[in-house]
Amino acid sequence: MDKYLEMIRIRFLMMLAYRTNYYTGILIYSINIGAYYFLWSAIYGEKDAIEGMSVIHMSTYVAIAWMARAFYFNNIDREMAAEIKEGKVAVELIRPYNYLGMKTMQGLGEGIFRLFFFSVPGMVIVSFIFPLQFSADAATWLLFVLSIVLSFFINIQINLLTGITTFFLFNNTGLIRAKRVVIDLFSGLLIPISFFPTWAQDVLKFLPFQGISYVPSMIFTNSFSNNEAVQAIILQGIWVLILIIPIQILWIIAKKQLIIQGG
Amino acid sequence: MKDAITVRNLKKEFKAYSSRSGLKGAFRDLLTRNYKIVPAVNDISFNVKQGEMVGYIGENGAGKSTTIKMLTGILTPTSGEVTVNGMNPHRDREKFVSTIGVVFGQRSQLWWDIAVQESFRLLKKVYKVSDEQFESHMAHVIKTLGLEPLLDKPVRKLSLGQRMRCELAAALIHNPPLLFLDEPTIGLDVLVKLKIREFLKEINEKYNTTILLTTHDLTEIEALCERVVMLDDGKIIYDGALKSLKEKWGEGKEIEFQFLEEVEITDLNSITASSEVKWEKNDKEPIYTAIVEDNDELISLLIAKVVADLKVKDINIKETSTEEIIRNIYDRGIS
Repeated sequence: MDKYLEMIRIRFLMMLAYRTNYYTGILIYSINIGAYYFLWSAIYGEKDAIEGMSVIHMSTYVAIAWMARAFYFNNIDREMAAEIKEGKVAVELIRPYNYLGMKTMQGLGEGIFRLFFFSVPGMVIVSFIFPLQFSADAATWLLFVLSIVLSFFINIQINLLTGITTFFLFNNTGLIRAKRVVIDLFSGLLIPISFFPTWAQDVLKFLPFQGISYVPSMIFTNSFSNNEAVQAIILQGIWVLILIIPIQILWIIAKKQLIIQGG
Repeated sequence: MKDAITVRNLKKEFKAYSSRSGLKGAFRDLLTRNYKIVPAVNDISFNVKQGEMVGYIGENGAGKSTTIKMLTGILTPTSGEVTVNGMNPHRDREKFVSTIGVVFGQRSQLWWDIAVQESFRLLKKVYKVSDEQFESHMAHVIKTLGLEPLLDKPVRKLSLGQRMRCELAAALIHNPPLLFLDEPTIGLDVLVKLKIREFLKEINEKYNTTILLTTHDLTEIEALCERVVMLDDGKIIYDGALKSLKEKWGEGKEIEFQFLEEVEITDLNSITASSEVKWEKNDKEPIYTAIVEDNDELISLLIAKVVADLKVKDINIKETSTEEIIRNIYDRGIS
């Protein structure tokens, strides 16, 4: 376990090594939140509520969705692709650790770093500029924390899956990009799932994406009853377990037919 | 003594895809692709004893790196048996790799963006090295390789030589009984090379560390290894002492002459017509080389004949170098 904790520390150091990335990140996220805030205010216009969500609800939803994204989002899939393409994965395989476990820990290190040095201060700043509504209920906060931890795991598992495909496809830049767009859209980051047409909502119920952004944001904005929230979290947990299966299968096949590129 | 490495009938095949030519071919490639099965390592067997330093040589693409990757558990063999440190490298990978150290000359195993000491610290945790062990062992390694001034620098700011020394230290953090070095001195200057050589010798003596070394620098093999395994086209073509390789394939001695006067090859041939000698003229300098069988009588007779007829400025007797021997083997094959 020690080595995995150490990896989180190393990731912190790496994040600190590139300060510019960190600052531009804050800027990009603020711009995104601002843009979506103004977009939604324009859509709402004079209306009090759409699909049962008020304007203030919606701006809180947008802000929290983006701030949660800072925690769960990472580029582990792109990193894996690069490591596999350049043959660096050889070096990873001569170390006594689980490659995928280590990648998860790197993602977690990045996520925790962003949560404390990015999401929390960002949220404070955003709450001064836009009218947001924070819940005072401890139960909501607890459920929310539980939910974003699970979002992190679902997201990283999808990233690992995408990353492993590099072993078979050798170049999967397109796939990685497509995956990113799919997640932003189907996870409810750009539009809450409840705004989708009913048939689409029904389809999305059977996919893991809404567990990434929609569930924690809905919990945070108190749009779910406690009962619904618990159910949604259980569903997230089930997805985390289900996704382990394809990852392990692909990983075993990948190791068998591994080719180290570049000598 | 127990064997550190046992390899039996090891084989690794790759699928080599080939593209069809032209636009039509490119479309056909979308559906089905042509491939051939290419053996990179073809049925090899060898043993390495604990504490041995073995040079693993061969042309580019002979299958050296592929073998090393199978021995370190990275690649799965197509068939055959590999036992390293008493384990199956691929099956028990996580447990196995903590008993080996690996340096890939062309890849870094340090983290690019962070200070060297942070990489060391992480590796110490990864290999579960205790503080005392780390202190006593690494303090020595750091001192011998002269790494103190580099420890707080990020890896990306190190020169190649500095980085390679750090790589070597990183591979030795857990003081492994077996060390794989895949072209560890590629692109390094003479001083760093010497330092690394001395260091490898030292740890081999001190800890009885087994070292398997691949390199194209034969002086390195000469300096370190008593035994060489030579690979060609995925097959072992020689496995034995470096010395007997020289004796078997060394092509006699070379005697270089420089003369005070202008000389023609034909003159030289006529002088030494009675014995088996081949004369060669150096393209750039007026140096003539006589290649003769390694026989002391013959050599002194030849020199006596030449000196009697011509005024000589300089004479130099050389043994065929290992490099030449190896080059000849690569060129012509072993038979």
